[in-house]
Amino acid sequence: MKLLDIVVKDAIDPQLAATSRDEAITMLVDRLIEAKAVDPGHRDEFISAIIKRERRGSTGFGHGVAVPHVKHPEIEKLVAAVGVSHDGIDFNSLDGNPVHSIFLIISPEQKPEEHLEAMEAVFSNLSQDTFRSFLLQATTVDHVTSLLEEADSSTLGN
Amino acid sequence: MSANTTAIVTISNRLGLHARPAMMLAETAMRFDADISVRRLDQDAGVDAKSIMQLMMLAAVCGTELEFTASGTDADAAMSELTALVKGNFSEDAVDDH
Repeated sequence: MKLLDIVVKDAIDPQLAATSRDEAITMLVDRLIEAKAVDPGHRDEFISAIIKRERRGSTGFGHGVAVPHVKHPEIEKLVAAVGVSHDGIDFNSLDGNPVHSIFLIISPEQKPEEHLEAMEAVFSNLSQDTFRSFLLQATTVDHVTSLLEEADSSTLGN
Repeated sequence: MSANTTAIVTISNRLGLHARPAMMLAETAMRFDADISVRRLDQDAGVDAKSIMQLMMLAAVCGTELEFTASGTDADAAMSELTALVKGNFSEDAVDDH
């Protein structure tokens, strides 16, 4: 699975203004709604489920990266929003460091394998120092999109 | 140096190796000194069992066979705890419960 198969271009925020975890989650869900990628009728449900999931265990897995997510029965196609915070956000991450790169994922509950493939696509890139630092240098949606394109065609290397 | 210990287990919880099970494995693996790697039987390269990110890169769905390899003085203990997590479906639903 490629990053651009899952990331909704209109839901990329290279200068995420959020200052808290819950605000970041809310803003990225709203981005997906504005991009018409998910049903606005489920907005509050998505937000509260994602926050609840974070409370059970942070998806801030270290290296300044977080992947808040929810699986929902009404979702047919997995979608992801991307937020980049230059100041960093406290995500209660495992290594205690602030989070700069957020991939928020909403996936169909009945297709757990799609969720795992999306996570694989996200982490095979986010685990690379190069990808993370390029993402932090991106200041426009176009910059982020071309970075994702390069990552998908594996021209970034390790 | 003690010898390598190896075990093959099959992911049998419905949701596969998603974030929470990956975290359970990594947290358990980190309690041991042993070097522990996990490899999909259908792939050549393994990943570090102590890294959640690397475990997530396995994309191990229900039914995926994983080979755990541990080396170090506490390798046997690590192996029995890690394989017990997988066999116990990470305390989640098994596939036939759904």
